[in-house]
Amino acid sequence: MHVVLVLVVVAVGSVLFHFLSPWWWTPIASNWQYIDDTIIITFWITGVVFVAVLLFMAYCVWRFRHREGHRAAFEPENRRLETGLTVITGLGVAAMLAPGLFVWNHFITVPPDASAIEIVGQQWQWSFRLPGQDGKLGRTRVDSIADDNPLGLDRNDPDGRDDVVLQGEDLHLPIGKPIKVLLRSTDVLHDFYVPEFRAKMDILPGSSTYFWLTPTRTGTFDILCAELCGTGHPYMRGSVVVEEQVAYDAWLDGQQRRMLAQQDGTTRQKGEVKAQQ
Amino acid sequence: MTIVVAFLVLVIGIAAWWLSTQRIMSKPWLEIGVIDEPPGAGPPAAAKIGLCVFLAVAGVLFALSISAYSMRLQAADWWPLPAPRLLWFNTGLLILASATLEWTKAQSRHASLDGVRFGLVGAGVFTLAFVVGQLVVWRELVEEGYFLASNPANAFFYLMTGLHGLHVMGGLVALARVTLRAFSADEVGVERGKLRLGVELCAIYWHFLLVVWLVLFALIAGWAGDFFEICRQALS
Amino acid sequence: MVDVPLGVAGVPPAEVEDVELYHPKSWVTHYVFSQDAKIIAVQYSVTALSIGLVALMLSWLMRLQLAFPGALSFIDADAYYQLITMHGMMMVVYVLTALFLGGFGNYLIPLMLGARDMVFPYANMLSFWFYLLAVVVLFASFAVPGGPTGAGWTLYPPQSITAGTPGLAWGIVMMLVSLMIFIVGFTMGGLNYVVTVLQGRTRGMTLMRMPLTVWGIFTASVMALLAFPALFVGAVMMLFDRLLGTSFFMPEIIEQGARLPYGGGSPILFQHLFWFFGHPEVYIVALPAFGIVSDLISVHARRNIFGYRMMVWAIVAIGALSFVVWAHHMYVSGMNPYFGFFFATTTLIIAIPTAIKVYNWVLTLWRGDIHLTTPMLFALAFIVTFVNGGLTGLFLGNVVVDVPLSDTMFVVAHFHMVMGVAPILVIFGAIYHWYPKVTGRLLSVPLGQFHFWVTFLGAYLIFFPMHYLGLMGVPRRYYEMGETAIYPPSAHDLNIFITVMALLVGAAQLAFVFNLIWSLRHGRGAGGNPWRACSLEWQTSATPPPHGNFGKELPIVYRWAYDYNVPGAPEDFIPQNQPPLAGEIASRAP
Repeated sequence: MHVVLVLVVVAVGSVLFHFLSPWWWTPIASNWQYIDDTIIITFWITGVVFVAVLLFMAYCVWRFRHREGHRAAFEPENRRLETGLTVITGLGVAAMLAPGLFVWNHFITVPPDASAIEIVGQQWQWSFRLPGQDGKLGRTRVDSIADDNPLGLDRNDPDGRDDVVLQGEDLHLPIGKPIKVLLRSTDVLHDFYVPEFRAKMDILPGSSTYFWLTPTRTGTFDILCAELCGTGHPYMRGSVVVEEQVAYDAWLDGQQRRMLAQQDGTTRQKGEVKAQQ
Repeated sequence: MTIVVAFLVLVIGIAAWWLSTQRIMSKPWLEIGVIDEPPGAGPPAAAKIGLCVFLAVAGVLFALSISAYSMRLQAADWWPLPAPRLLWFNTGLLILASATLEWTKAQSRHASLDGVRFGLVGAGVFTLAFVVGQLVVWRELVEEGYFLASNPANAFFYLMTGLHGLHVMGGLVALARVTLRAFSADEVGVERGKLRLGVELCAIYWHFLLVVWLVLFALIAGWAGDFFEICRQALS
Repeated sequence: MVDVPLGVAGVPPAEVEDVELYHPKSWVTHYVFSQDAKIIAVQYSVTALSIGLVALMLSWLMRLQLAFPGALSFIDADAYYQLITMHGMMMVVYVLTALFLGGFGNYLIPLMLGARDMVFPYANMLSFWFYLLAVVVLFASFAVPGGPTGAGWTLYPPQSITAGTPGLAWGIVMMLVSLMIFIVGFTMGGLNYVVTVLQGRTRGMTLMRMPLTVWGIFTASVMALLAFPALFVGAVMMLFDRLLGTSFFMPEIIEQGARLPYGGGSPILFQHLFWFFGHPEVYIVALPAFGIVSDLISVHARRNIFGYRMMVWAIVAIGALSFVVWAHHMYVSGMNPYFGFFFATTTLIIAIPTAIKVYNWVLTLWRGDIHLTTPMLFALAFIVTFVNGGLTGLFLGNVVVDVPLSDTMFVVAHFHMVMGVAPILVIFGAIYHWYPKVTGRLLSVPLGQFHFWVTFLGAYLIFFPMHYLGLMGVPRRYYEMGETAIYPPSAHDLNIFITVMALLVGAAQLAFVFNLIWSLRHGRGAGGNPWRACSLEWQTSATPPPHGNFGKELPIVYRWAYDYNVPGAPEDFIPQNQPPLAGEIASRAP
């Protein structure tokens, strides 16, 4: 009767693996504890069903195995049993779906006080854009993209004059402030994925997508790309640093000054080029 | 994707209606013995059922293209191309072909072999003229600078007329076979039943192609855009 | 309810329609360009199983790369993405779809329904040759410059047709063309399966007397006919984009610094089209498996399938519902977020009929007389893996839970468990079950047991732990997992363990292949009905059945396909074509 034994071992072993194995999600660093809670609810409900079905199967295989003279029962259906099971299943599904939809509603409703940042995916690097003092991100156009304008900022848009563009640098975020992340791509699909934040979203060329989060834990987190974007997909990495407001302000200030210096530099360079001509 | 879902709901509705006539609530373990089909006309010929199933498949194909078209239509940079006047003429040709086949069907019932031959050839000529007409429309548009790749509306126009044209040409192959059979058939025999079935199948297929074409034409001519707009406003 | 005339006396024999039959004359028309559904079924099955072996070997290479990054010098990132793409596409379309519908569908539909053959044998033959042509085109893409496409089996544009993805020059074109040929071929086959069920049933075979296998394959064929056009349209549009420069799916794009001439297209449109096909495709594979496993369990547990009517309704309900759940593959695709509410709800609703099916399988075991034959073992293992994979589907279908898990190894583990391992276990079980009908000989039991235990336990050990890699945050489609602070070193060990298991399971398939070939000559003689089953395919006059399936007369059906252990019956099964026994009508009446 090794079949019975194996069925029991699979059921019990899977549960033990779940609780004892060292592989589990990383400690959360955003406000999406709700998502983790929904996953835990789902784990409980599905775990109970899994174990129940397997153990019942094991029991049946043991109890009703073929022996001489044993005959099976002839029972085409049992409406009450089937209806009962259907209702219980319906309740279980509802118990998972209701919190899921509730949290989803939360997930897609961006709080009004969220500050916007922009993340741009390009094969195969991450770039970031933060609004300057005015708190507004300027318009962009794909056709404006050039070597000195990698994100395609519209130079005529006053909102974009003071935008801070970060390329090949870490993204910094202040702790405890809701952030609306606007996502943009200039070539193919990408997906901004920081496992600690739980939230993620695909990035589409040709249109803009978004999600929001509030960082809740300081530290440096790795950014991964989660949507196949070509050969360099696994190497499309970056870092996001969550820090206290004071440190963040100091960093932002430094970045803004760098931007201004850079803009002066380019203007001067252009002037020189003109002068030479 | 609303359009294709609506089409599927229709197909599934027909399937559900058919299933409901098949006693799916019965308890088969209680019924011992031969169960004969309910009295009445026997089931239709396999080829006819096959054609209807195929039309559902082709219908999904066109519904999907129209769905994609309507999704794209909503974007701001949509410049529809002008519907050439020749399309009206082509539409007329297809209507004529369809009507001719309907007439041929009646002829085949009245056992008029000459009528059937005449009708089949006529429908074939009208349909060929339609295909040529569509090609002329393509050439005109290209000469006026409406190239396939120059904007999405053009791409959709060529794609949808092309898909429809391919289906028409597939139908012409079947029509040619039926026509050959009509000319080789004599006044008696098993062949007549097959011929009648062939004519009937062609007629069904042509009516389908005509309906699809009318819908596509409405889209191309731009009326459907207004229709979608009304739907959207009604929904929001 | 309709009053049905039930009678015994005066039943005329089914008509003999031998004149209509096209009997093969030569070896070529018998075995190569055959119009006999049974031969076509074998052609389909052998081709699909061979592709399965190739796809299995591709997965070995992928696993070796994941466990020992860089150890195999010929697998660079490009090659890795080509491997995953070809593995996925081959397994989903060219193996599972073709095997269940083209293989089992062709063999079982006419036999189980008491038909002489499919209704359109010529189209049926063409269907196989189109399939073979599609396969040839697909495999030819290994030989073209640049190799096959590496866009992932989902072929998402713009990536699939822009630089940075291998196979841009030829591979993607060959892939799309191959899919289009496959779809055309399948449509011819699918029309046959559907119309044969509608039209070709023998006398007395009402819909509610059909075995669940036929119900599953029938519903799946209808779904495939309605779903494949979406892939066809998507493939045509992408070919236009790739070859003619249209912009159906292509927005303004900068490709490695250069502005491409595309503009105005929508990548998400392709995703809608793809998943409008792709989700029903899951059930196109699952429903035949559901049907077959129901019959395996019923035969080998010597008990009627529990709740037959519920099982039929559930198959139909799942088939219909599966057309309105497609966007659950796109929760984080950037589509309108409000769609999430609708699609999460429909997705979780579909869990209910699916759960009913599971309960009924288990309840069939309950109070049964369980013979632990090789097919039964595979059926039991199917329930385990299917329940596991189905339950993780509740994670991914519940929109907000999908957010952290999408595009991770959790997804990979889920769909391999539910539409890889589970249906393939059914395929094995079905082959062990019907091989005696196809060849007249039984497959070796010791080899079968060995094959079963290694495959089942090995596959479970591959995919169960893999969920936890995903939970930890390892994305799918990574050439190498790489170093990230959140992955403990033990994660790499787990990767190695999974690879070792994959090699083992793959190697065990050799035992199966050997068994198939060896038993052809040396297997124990099976007789006509070795499992003592009720359905019609076991009641043929000869085994293997000749062209035309049944002898001079077609069988007449007097009962449903599950009369096992009927109280008062002399044997523990009553074949479907057995006229009512003395006093049976009275004792069965409600």
